[in-house]
Parts: sequence; structure tokens; C-alpha cells
Amino acid sequence: MTAADARTKITEFAGAVLTGGGTALIVSVPPDRWAAFAAFAKDTLGCRFFSFLSAVDLKDEGLEVIAWVDNTDGPFAMLMKTRLGPGVSACASLVPVYRGANWMERECFDMFGIVFEGHPDLRRILLGHDWVGHPLLKSYAVDTPHPPYR
Amino acid sequence: MAIKGPIPVVPAPVWRNFKDLQEWEALHKTRPDAGDKYSGAFEALTEGIHSFPGGFAVTTVTDAFLNWARKSSVWPVTFGLACCAIEMMATFASRFDVERLGMVPWASPRHSDLMIVSGTVTIKMAPMLLRIYEQMPDPKWAVSMGSCANSGGPFRHGYHVVKGVDRVIPVDVYVPGCPPPPESLLNGLLLLQDQISHFRRTGKKAAPNPKVD
Repeated sequence: MTAADARTKITEFAGAVLTGGGTALIVSVPPDRWAAFAAFAKDTLGCRFFSFLSAVDLKDEGLEVIAWVDNTDGPFAMLMKTRLGPGVSACASLVPVYRGANWMERECFDMFGIVFEGHPDLRRILLGHDWVGHPLLKSYAVDTPHPPYR
Repeated sequence: MAIKGPIPVVPAPVWRNFKDLQEWEALHKTRPDAGDKYSGAFEALTEGIHSFPGGFAVTTVTDAFLNWARKSSVWPVTFGLACCAIEMMATFASRFDVERLGMVPWASPRHSDLMIVSGTVTIKMAPMLLRIYEQMPDPKWAVSMGSCANSGGPFRHGYHVVKGVDRVIPVDVYVPGCPPPPESLLNGLLLLQDQISHFRRTGKKAAPNPKVD
């Protein structure tokens, strides 16, 4: 499958908005179609390599979850992203589709507080288990005291 | 999109559940500040000898001998945290060769006298650092190596870094630099040896270097 074939298939997918040019496809999907689109990307588009998953805090516009998947057979890669909306911190988990998303979603929960529904083992991975808050949110004060060391 | 279903409960890590670690922490909460080798009777005895007419000759000569022995065999525990550890390894290696000063990098804190905190101390690492430091027998010293261990350095305004390792353990010598070259660390170790040579006869540590915050 080439990038042009992937473009036509993505435009047929309900709710997906395709931007970007060349072999790097950028697809925005609504959050309720997130897991369905991931399954579509793996099975139909052949993006079997899950590269990374992260999030962006857009302040008033809420959180945006992004994931990068690669088609290792064809010369294209895809950045899929979804906006959760203001005040929402729940998102569908990609672990049933991509097992590699496990630790990435744990890190995303650690740093942004996004609760991934359907994740088998959602707990903190980088920060200590007794950490209060989610430090990569824009609302997190950098100099938050963390006793007893600061 | 609202949260559907129950929010997952985050379980505690497994290592907290080990009972001997909890007992160990409870034991060391009651540890005396002067160290576990501190003896009030010994201090009274040495003070008595020192104040006896002519007795100062005994205590000062004994002190000089013991401090010479202490400063000639400072064994640093091999404890590297970040990129400063590379410079520390270079200091230990053949070109700079701290072994000519009697410093043997030792792979056990229970046989070591010195901890070189080489690198960024994160809040998650600080309890482990404190545990390793408390496993070292008294008398013991600590060298804070590099900007991160001194004050947090470039990560001082980050969310996860301890702003200076002296908030965790007492520090004797601060070595500036990012990272300090081996010459700087060698200078700090020589300063530490000078400080050890002024170790008091009662077994108390000398006052640490004043630090500008």
C-alpha cells in the first residue's frame, strides 16, 4: 500500500480529517472513533509499527492525544491525533490494538492525568507512586513543594 | 466525552510491601545525629585526658595519627548518578589515579568512607541515596559533585529535581562545574583530605564548608 492508497482509504473512514502532505499523513479523529481508527490503521492501512504516543495540553481547548504509527512495508507513516475537549481527561486505550502502547499510555497518565479506558495496568511509571499532580499539565505549578526534599 | 466506568485505582509498588525495609527505615529514624559510632563516655574520657595537665600531648598526637590514617584511606563508594559519573570514573582511572591518594573506589557502601554524589538527584532517587549513605559506617563524608548535586543546576526549576543534595544528606565539600573536570574533582578530594585532617578528637565531624545559596 502506498501513501496515495492510504489517503483514499482514510477519506472513506467516517470522522477522519486528513491533513499533511507527502508520505507523512496527519489524521484527526474524534475521540469516540479513536480506538476504531487505530484498528483501522493497523488492519487496513498496514501500520503495524507503533512508534510513540503522547499528549499536548492546549489549555482552554483541552488535551490532545497524539500517536505515531508506521507502515514498515510501504513508504509512509501516520500521525493520528484526537482532541478530548475542554475539561475531559478520559480517552480510549490503544492497548487492545497495539500492545506497545502500554507503557506509553502509562507515561501519558503519569504526566497528563489522562485516564485510558481499557488499559490493563494503568498506574504511574516514571514518577513515584506517591506523587501528587501531573507535571506536564500547563496548570501544574513548577515549584510545587514535594516534601521532604523541596 | 465523560469518564465511563470506575477510574482505575493505582496500586502501591511491590517494594514498599517488604517488611524488612519498613523495619530498616523505622530503625534509622531513631539514629543519632552524631553517628552510630558516637560514644558519650568516650568523649568524656578524651575530654578528661585533654584537660589534664600535659594530657593534650597524648590527644593531639593520637588525633594526628588517626586523622592521617583516615585521610590516607578514604574509600569512595562507586555511586554514579548522571554525566558527572563519567568525570568521576576518569578521576578514578589511570590518568588522574586517585589511588595514589589512598582512594580505592569500592563497590559496597558498608566498607566505604566517602560518597561522591555525582549527578542530578531526582525526588524519586533521593530515598535510595539516603539509604546508601546511611549504610556507610561512621566516620563518613560526602562530596557534592557538579551543579546538579550542589543546587539542582539547570534543572533547579524542573518539577522532579532535588534542589541540592544537602537537603538529603550532609555535604562536606562542594565541587562546582557542569560537569567538573577531573582536576576539579581532584581538587575537591584534596580539600576533603585537608578537612579530614582537622577531624576533632571526640569523633565529631568538622563543620561543613559554608555554602552560598
